[in-house]
Amino acid sequence: MSRSGSPFMSETTAATNHIGLKREDYSGSKSTLCIGCGHDQITRWIIQAGYESGIDPYNVAKTSGIGCSSKTGAYFIDRGYGINSVHGRMPSVATGASVANRNLVVIAVSGDGDTASIGIGQFIHAVRRNTNMVYVVENNGVYGLTKGQFSATSEKGARLKSGDVNQYADIDLCQLALELGCGFVARSYSGDGKQMVALLRAAIAHRGFALIDAISPCVTFNNLPDSTKGFAWLREHNVTLHELGYVAPYESKHVEQEPGTALEVDMPDGSHIVVHKLGDSEHDPRDRKSAMAVLERDRNEPGHVYTGLLYYRPDTELPPLEELRRLPAKPLASFGAEELRPDRAAFDGILAQYR
Amino acid sequence: MTLPLVINDFTLAVATVNGSGSASSNTILAKTIFRMGVPIAAKNLFPSNIQGLPTWYIVRVCESGWQARTGQREISVAFNAATFAEDLANAASGGVLIVDSDIKAAEKVLREDLTVMHVPMAAVAKEFGPDPRLRKLLANMVYVGVLAELLELDRDILAEVVSEQFSGKEKVVKLNLDVVHAGIRYAREHLDRAAFPYRVQKRGLTTGKLLTEGNTAAAIGALMAGATVCAWYPITPSSSLCENFIELARKHRVDADGSEARYVQIQAEDELASIGLVLGAGWAGARAFTATAGPGISLMAELVGFGYYAEIPGVIVDVQRAGPSTGMPTRTQQSDLRAASHLSHGDTEHILLLPAGPEELYEFTRQSFDLAERYQTPVFVMTDLEMGMNIWMSEPFGYPEGALDRGKVLDEAALRKLGEFARYRDTDGDGIPYRTLPGTHHPLAPYFTRGSGHTDRATYTEDADEYRVVVDRIKRKIRGSVSHTPAPEFEGEGEIGLIHFGSTRYPVDEARAILAAEGIATRSCRVRALPLHAEVAEFVRSCRQIHVVEQNRDGQLADIIRLEVPDCATKIRSILEYGGLPMTAQPVLEALRVAQRKPVHV
Repeated sequence: MSRSGSPFMSETTAATNHIGLKREDYSGSKSTLCIGCGHDQITRWIIQAGYESGIDPYNVAKTSGIGCSSKTGAYFIDRGYGINSVHGRMPSVATGASVANRNLVVIAVSGDGDTASIGIGQFIHAVRRNTNMVYVVENNGVYGLTKGQFSATSEKGARLKSGDVNQYADIDLCQLALELGCGFVARSYSGDGKQMVALLRAAIAHRGFALIDAISPCVTFNNLPDSTKGFAWLREHNVTLHELGYVAPYESKHVEQEPGTALEVDMPDGSHIVVHKLGDSEHDPRDRKSAMAVLERDRNEPGHVYTGLLYYRPDTELPPLEELRRLPAKPLASFGAEELRPDRAAFDGILAQYR
Repeated sequence: MTLPLVINDFTLAVATVNGSGSASSNTILAKTIFRMGVPIAAKNLFPSNIQGLPTWYIVRVCESGWQARTGQREISVAFNAATFAEDLANAASGGVLIVDSDIKAAEKVLREDLTVMHVPMAAVAKEFGPDPRLRKLLANMVYVGVLAELLELDRDILAEVVSEQFSGKEKVVKLNLDVVHAGIRYAREHLDRAAFPYRVQKRGLTTGKLLTEGNTAAAIGALMAGATVCAWYPITPSSSLCENFIELARKHRVDADGSEARYVQIQAEDELASIGLVLGAGWAGARAFTATAGPGISLMAELVGFGYYAEIPGVIVDVQRAGPSTGMPTRTQQSDLRAASHLSHGDTEHILLLPAGPEELYEFTRQSFDLAERYQTPVFVMTDLEMGMNIWMSEPFGYPEGALDRGKVLDEAALRKLGEFARYRDTDGDGIPYRTLPGTHHPLAPYFTRGSGHTDRATYTEDADEYRVVVDRIKRKIRGSVSHTPAPEFEGEGEIGLIHFGSTRYPVDEARAILAAEGIATRSCRVRALPLHAEVAEFVRSCRQIHVVEQNRDGQLADIIRLEVPDCATKIRSILEYGGLPMTAQPVLEALRVAQRKPVHV
């Protein structure tokens, strides 16, 4: 975490957050990823978001699959509970944990291989069920741990250090999620800490499935000057759709309002996403069609990477899985025999049908 | 000529067409006989098809209480033209064939050893329903009436069962009863009862007993165990297990006003997801299970290995069917034993419970949740299609006493007292570590769960010694489970040993009784769990002959026993049945009679 300086850190002055914890209370073990890896930046933004939002670290479930990205669950929020499951199957494991204890804040970290290839089926069904989780894809367009093979998010024509050229069209996870009715869809870039933190905080506040497809460069295998998921390219071609802010219910709202330039999107828990329009972008994240149009533009203008909150729909329109299944506030995991086992009379009633 | 009567000892087979509505009629017949106090077992031989292919319903009526298939059909009801030739060929010599007059091929039957009775089923049903579909359904009730008359079934009990079958819906009940009475009238007026020797006579042999499908029994077990998460993917023959659980949970786990449900069921996208859901929920502390069949456990292999190594509880009920691959989805086998006991790559070994009959299916499924949490590992309950989807008589299930065994879980108070916690350490010397649940508010509690190499403090490792400490402990833990898994059951005396498990119990018990009457004494060892208990090895050593009876091609249990008792490996022989039909006593009788024949010296 100490590998590159954070432009964001200097902005934080408070020593403790609103539940009295320090930033280091949200830290994790030392990263073993390559120096300069985009994933380590994202790790830092997750720590920052957790700290700023004052989430209870003991209630955090860090779920991941297999790959470089999936290792990062060990690098943040040590006081949370990590589960590094198997390749491509994290969404089901996370869903199981989420319904077993609905107080858990599920922060899932996956990669483009883990999500867009081996795990695409599970990803789709977790979106479809609207499992209450923050799902971060650390998307670098390449398999890192197996040393540099194309992933399904590499665009057609992409070239790797090995000289291989990708012949297939890429899978756009944001487009897919929108198609599936996901209520929170964002694309971001590991180097944009401010946007990442705002998105992560809003995603945590969102009840339901929240996707953050974070382009996260692989410095070792996919960082050529023309790698569209490389640092050099993103510095040039990252187009931020808007400047984002997140204001929690307990935070004082001092948004510098220039009339007509900021949009406040209410979240059901009383928090707000503040969207400052930038340049000529007319994108309204509450408009699904507008989000589709941005992604269409992204596809048709190769090289441009539009980042920001693509789509947000309050969960009141489609409740998260645990509400859909009418789960009690008390975790299923904490019920005892007396609350789960039908009494003798009820049991006799069950058996009576079979006499 | 009046034939000598055959009381309460025959098999009745109804040949019909899948999806034609005969299920109700067959249930009514079976239940009426059961309520007359006479033991029965009912099997459905059905195709992998929804509508149109042949299906047989086979009810064995047996005062002695044997429930295995006999392979004999004393009474055949031929109601399906397409299978008439087959039904004719399968009818037992000296038996009775009741045939639908619409079946043209039945006009001239060339088997003089059979009594053939023609019944115009559709014509009898005609007056009750002009609608052809309804008439077809009602025709099924005609043979209920015919058999009620011929077998002398108790009319009051029959009426009561018909009423229950149609949930007391007055009009439907009356219509069906009217058709039954038309069948009775037809039989009385047109059939020669003297030529039909089979009778059901009231006995008090079923008092207090239950008549359930195995899948129902297992579902009740899961409910009573406090299972809260049911994740599943539909697959024959396991689907009805989860469906039964859901139905029970809807009734017993939802608040009166319907606002809260103390369970969740998720029909997953595949078996990979169902086991993922189970392990995720188990990790977070809920009692979770799935039910599946062979193809499902193949898909679950990787995550089951994760559950084993990361030590996460979960229950998998495997309702086995005929493999390999898709195999015969509606035929039975016990052929997943080998795959399940070492499911997944690397060194793994799982706890398997091997119930026989509804009572154990209930009890073992219930216990499997305790065992899964006690040993922090996936536990398999191995049942099969024969038990799962057929109807069996059993003793009533016992109401569970006491609290749930949640195993070694440390909460905040315990952690404060202990002052230290290492997730994968063998603190107590029994191989079972302590765990904490996500959400536990104590700095010592959180740990990182992974399927990669880890130390006893749950940190990543590639160090040979640190790795070995954990995997060796897990082996001790699983092997130690014999202290809590169901011990084998022994019966009988003598030097000839029969080892068996699961549904094979039914034909083995019957064969042993027949052999005993022939003067061949046998000892039986019914294995009820894997890893094997030491008593099984002692049993093998103490018998002169060992026959392992099982329903698979390769003798899977026999091989497991050979590895456990290598010094006796060559003594162990197999009696196998793997054609997919429920096993009869016959293969055991034949093998044992041959084995006891004295060598002939020429």
